[in-house]
Amino acid sequence: MKREKKVQLLQGNQACSIAAIDAGVRFYAGYPITPSTEIAEFMAEELPKVGGKFIQMEDEIAGMSAVLGAALTGTKVITATSGPGFSLKQEAIGFAAIAEIPCVIVDVQRMGPSTGGPTSVAQGDVMQARWGTHGDHPVFAFSPASVLESYELTIQAFNFSEKYRVPVVILLDEIVGHMRESVTLPDPDELTIVDRKRPTVSPADYAPYQPEQDGIPTMADFGTGYHWHVTGLVHGENGAATGNPEVIDRQLTRIFDKMEKYKDEVNLYKTQAADDAEYLLVSFGCTARSAAEAVAELRQMGIKAGLLQLQTIWPFPEKTISEYTTGKKCVIVPELNMGQVRGEIQKYIDKGIPLYGINKINGEPITPQEIINKVKEVAK
Amino acid sequence: MLKDIEKLMRVKRLPHIWCPGCGNGIVMKAMLEAINDKGLDPDKTVVVSGIGCSSRATGYMNFDTLHTMHGRALAFATGVKLAKPELNVFVVTGDGDGSAIGGNHFIHAARRNIDLNVIMFNNNIYGMTGGQYSPLTPQGRFATTAPYGNLERPFDICKLAQGSGATYVGRSTVFHTKLLTDVIKAAIDNKGFSFVEAVSICPISYGRRNKLGAAPQMMKWLKENTVNVKAAEKLGAEKTAGKIIIGELYHEAGTLEYTELYDRLITRVEEGGR
Repeated sequence: MKREKKVQLLQGNQACSIAAIDAGVRFYAGYPITPSTEIAEFMAEELPKVGGKFIQMEDEIAGMSAVLGAALTGTKVITATSGPGFSLKQEAIGFAAIAEIPCVIVDVQRMGPSTGGPTSVAQGDVMQARWGTHGDHPVFAFSPASVLESYELTIQAFNFSEKYRVPVVILLDEIVGHMRESVTLPDPDELTIVDRKRPTVSPADYAPYQPEQDGIPTMADFGTGYHWHVTGLVHGENGAATGNPEVIDRQLTRIFDKMEKYKDEVNLYKTQAADDAEYLLVSFGCTARSAAEAVAELRQMGIKAGLLQLQTIWPFPEKTISEYTTGKKCVIVPELNMGQVRGEIQKYIDKGIPLYGINKINGEPITPQEIINKVKEVAK
Repeated sequence: MLKDIEKLMRVKRLPHIWCPGCGNGIVMKAMLEAINDKGLDPDKTVVVSGIGCSSRATGYMNFDTLHTMHGRALAFATGVKLAKPELNVFVVTGDGDGSAIGGNHFIHAARRNIDLNVIMFNNNIYGMTGGQYSPLTPQGRFATTAPYGNLERPFDICKLAQGSGATYVGRSTVFHTKLLTDVIKAAIDNKGFSFVEAVSICPISYGRRNKLGAAPQMMKWLKENTVNVKAAEKLGAEKTAGKIIIGELYHEAGTLEYTELYDRLITRVEEGGR
């Protein structure tokens, strides 16, 4: 698939959709919900052109379930939703985690809880992305702050999901999802695209949950003669449900440990004037845009502010947090929730460094001026 | 014959978890017999199930098998079939799994006429959780959650399937095993959404509480309370009231199937049309 490099005016939701197809997605199942619907509409239009399938399911749960069924046939899959729908998808996300089915879920965050504000921005799903489904499980989450990042992180999301067989959430938000920017997308032929490992052994020797050296088992496509069993019950290396605590411990620990084991490799972030900063802002998604603007203005005023923009939210980048916060006069975390990321930072920051939040949950973005005011206030 | 069936099973996973007298094994065997008789390629056959006693059948069957979440088998199966239409996709579900928590997926999968062969093991009760009433528990019957008798009216699940758009509907019981295999074979032949209600028995969690006797008595009850659809047509509604009507209840030939329609759409779009 060759693409001429030229400037395009694209929406975040569109860039995410284009990236999905570039990454090799050929199946979408979902349910319409604001502010994510453009992704479904794009997929309905574009997937058939590349021989892919789109289906609008009867509800959010069905959308998530259908993509998992399709993924088992060896197809790359995506679904998109927002807060209420993300809640409904959680049980199936847990299924993807325990059955180790690669899939990407886009959550274009809106104001909550419940119906909340369908067209109002929020970043309140940070914890839902991590702990929305029951039980200890792995899940990766990335949060883009621009249209181009929506494209780039979606490509990465698929690569990590395929490589580690982990459900990956793209935490978009209403602003980044809906805003338009001029971008030049890469030629898909130049991208590095990762596909899941398929078994090389004969069906008779195939143990679907026997991990290889890297801790990840190979995955056979349904319909290729491997006759394997997929279940949401805890299962042993052969895929069969088990009640043996030793086997359960080995399997569930291996699956959960994907968070710890691969966290450095999936850790993506950006910085702006962070190294010599005295006042460090840590932010993500649309709020990182205001933070970047605030840093530029504060520097002009002679105040040494800097920004650490988290692109990877889960696994939480604890090392990066300690590295960049050490020695700062204070750390400020602007986010459109009541402190979900700040609470994580609290765990990893040197206890002597003051940590402040700028929080808003009224559907309005945090402005650069609000951040500037806060920095000035604590810098007094 | 038995050897052929054995090949389609994961014999090593036996013994199964079902209670003594349970009808589930009979339904599973009828399914395997139908698959064998129709000569389906086991490498190209996928069985998807939900949660409950019946849904454990996937663990014992030697295909690519998918034991999903409560109520969601049809949604998973829709993904499997649409992504890879060359696969023969079966869905194993129970009366609770398929008509209560999975009821929405049931009517919509039927409406789409997607080529799935759905076998609902109907034992009139939630067996796995110990005997709660389901949407197919008859009015007046007892369950742990209906200690004074069930007030709710049950679905006629075959009529619901037909009304929702299924293009094949059949019903048999665990007593009428030959017919059960035959309706499953007819379901396989139908290219579209095919639904088979396999009326089963649950002596432990349903029979005991309702004083229906042990398995043999429940089997006898099935024998005495069923009427073949052809005989029922002659007898009329009055004489068949309260009886279970078995056989091929509905078959609509010639309706285009969903994945076939989708493939045509792709061809149309690739040719530049809308």
